[in-house]
Amino acid sequence: MESFSFTIIIPVILFVSFLVIGLAGGKMKPIISGIIGTITLFFTTLLSYITAYLYFFDFGKLNNVYQKIIPFNIEWLRFTDSLIIKMGILLDPISVMMLVVITTVSLMVHIYSIGYMKGEKGFSRYFAFLSLFTFSMIGLVIATNIFQTYVFWELVGASSYLLIGYYFEKPSAVAASKKAFIVTRFADLGFLIGILILSNITGTFDFILLTDPNGVAISQGSSIIFVGLSSMSCALFLIFIGCAGKSAMFPLHIWLPDAMEGPTPVSALIHAATMVVAGVYLVARLFPMYALSAPAVLEFIGYVGAFTSLFAAIIACTQTDIKRILAFSTISQIGFMLVALGVSKYGSENSLGFTSSMFHLFTHSMFKALLFLGAGSIIHAVHSNDMKDMGGLKKYLPVTHITFLIACLAIAGIPPFSGFFSKDEILVAAFENNFALFIIQYIVAGLTAFYMFRLYFSVFWNKNAEYKSQPHESPKSMLLPLIFLAIASAVTGFIPFSKFITSDGISFDSHIHWSVAIPTIAIALAGIFTAMYFYKKDSERLSGANSNSIYKIIYNKFYIDEVYLFITKKIIFNLISVPIAWFDKKIIDNTMNGIASLTNFISDKIKSFQSGQLQQYAYVMVSGMIVILLLALYLFNQ
Amino acid sequence: MLAEIKLEYFLIVSTIVFFTGIYGFLTRKNLITMLMSTELILNSVNINFVVFNKYLYPENLQGQFFALFIIAIAATEVAVAIAIIISLYRRIKTIDVENVTEMKY
Repeated sequence: MESFSFTIIIPVILFVSFLVIGLAGGKMKPIISGIIGTITLFFTTLLSYITAYLYFFDFGKLNNVYQKIIPFNIEWLRFTDSLIIKMGILLDPISVMMLVVITTVSLMVHIYSIGYMKGEKGFSRYFAFLSLFTFSMIGLVIATNIFQTYVFWELVGASSYLLIGYYFEKPSAVAASKKAFIVTRFADLGFLIGILILSNITGTFDFILLTDPNGVAISQGSSIIFVGLSSMSCALFLIFIGCAGKSAMFPLHIWLPDAMEGPTPVSALIHAATMVVAGVYLVARLFPMYALSAPAVLEFIGYVGAFTSLFAAIIACTQTDIKRILAFSTISQIGFMLVALGVSKYGSENSLGFTSSMFHLFTHSMFKALLFLGAGSIIHAVHSNDMKDMGGLKKYLPVTHITFLIACLAIAGIPPFSGFFSKDEILVAAFENNFALFIIQYIVAGLTAFYMFRLYFSVFWNKNAEYKSQPHESPKSMLLPLIFLAIASAVTGFIPFSKFITSDGISFDSHIHWSVAIPTIAIALAGIFTAMYFYKKDSERLSGANSNSIYKIIYNKFYIDEVYLFITKKIIFNLISVPIAWFDKKIIDNTMNGIASLTNFISDKIKSFQSGQLQQYAYVMVSGMIVILLLALYLFNQ
Repeated sequence: MLAEIKLEYFLIVSTIVFFTGIYGFLTRKNLITMLMSTELILNSVNINFVVFNKYLYPENLQGQFFALFIIAIAATEVAVAIAIIISLYRRIKTIDVENVTEMKY
């Protein structure tokens, strides 16, 4: 459609901005590169808002159904006549929503970073990578085919690696960036195999063809059986492994808490609001396939999500590093989104889970970005990540305090803040379809309120902390995004999401189910008051002084990292890598060296033929000629 | 007069000359003598060409032309070879082939 062809500008200017800042960043003043990046982001945000407005209110609907619009699609690689990889832009409700989320959060993070990163070494490099990340994330969500998604999927992984390792002089940051990259690479291997199987069955990469509920891809794919599952289920399961890696689902969640080594705004942008929800986004993107041809996999996704959200929420209750708590909270909330997808069915009325998952994705990116940016502001003031060093900050950081409180209320699910609405819809969807998952999520909702307010009370109340220097409120460039996101977290709950985003594009009405909402609010309030009772005054409890062994196990994150280390170091390295290394050094290297020394030995022996004696050569030549002559005589005289 | 001498006699003479040349080339150590030996080889070939032409295809002239051609080539070859020998002598003060081992491995 003509009217959307301007959307190509969004990724292009971001890429140009990356090139300009990346190549010329060393030559100009650091602040200039920050301003270039921010202005670029401002324009892309504007364009995304225009796109969203035009899509949702003017051109998106045809016969009351939101269409999938492809304003731009070029051939990128042509391998054979049937295997063509394209690059393009696909606009549908979820991609337009993601455009708004990504550009908004990214713009806020850019503005915030100008203040937060001031005076850091590599300021320009930081902004170049931010532009690269935003570009790749947008390329991911607007992809028209699954291969384009994969390409940008890897690009966001790479930019995440670069940004986690931003402080590359710190060994822990280097280790964290490597860990993030390797763990997600493992998951992406599953994703790639899944893509190959999927495109082999269906013969296409294209999302529109793949997700057409009446199309060949869905009707045909489930007929082929492989190891007891339909091959479609295998493919979709493998793709989900990729999603689980990116979205930090158990047991691939280990990289996300460590990724907090990066600068705090980066954590807000990548590891809370945008990149980690890419897995949820991809499941939503392929949702018709999951719902119609692999319902078992979809159910499995729901259980993985539920388990991970409970698991992460329990760990979050014991941590003391402020950013790690937020990281585990992110994992837990992403679990929520996947539960919502897992209990959803295809079709407008039945797809409440789908809608609520996207709704929660939207509201979560707002309030989680706010939480991280608020945490950044606190860290900026106190110069420490550890909650034990904080306390009583209420009077030093008034703006941060208010915005942080709004975000905490939003994530805890207290009306009228945004988290309440999205979480309520998820719980309703779970309640209607799968009671076991509902119970788990209900408990997690209570835990969420508890650990968030544990964080809130220990940081902002709890008077007995002493500071070497008086903590001071952050500069305006950092407070502005906080205020904007606080407003967004407070009001976005009132957006009627079911009008805009459904699994098949047909709107439906949703309203709050008070029978589910009231118990949810009750358990959230219970969590908050428990946290208040324990942590408002008492700071000893925070360090787990009277802890027992269960507390220690949880504090050490159920020793999952140690299990991984045991498997890699003890089993893989000792039992597989060491013998292979021996084989390589002894057998392969020695074979090659043997060939070389044999050649050397033989040539040493025969080099005396090359004596330089003319007559010796002549002897050889003449005797050779005679031999040939005799041979010829013998042969031709027969 | 020529007709009374049989073809075989010419061939015997040319064979003797040829193997004399080969023998000289293989045994003489002096480069000039070796050069002379190659001249002998060439000349024996010339005899063959002319004789075959005369006895077998008297109406044609190709063999004789070939002989003339070889004589010309031999002359140039000698010029080059002598030049090489002279420069070799200037370099190592000998023309004994056993001392010329510049091309050794």
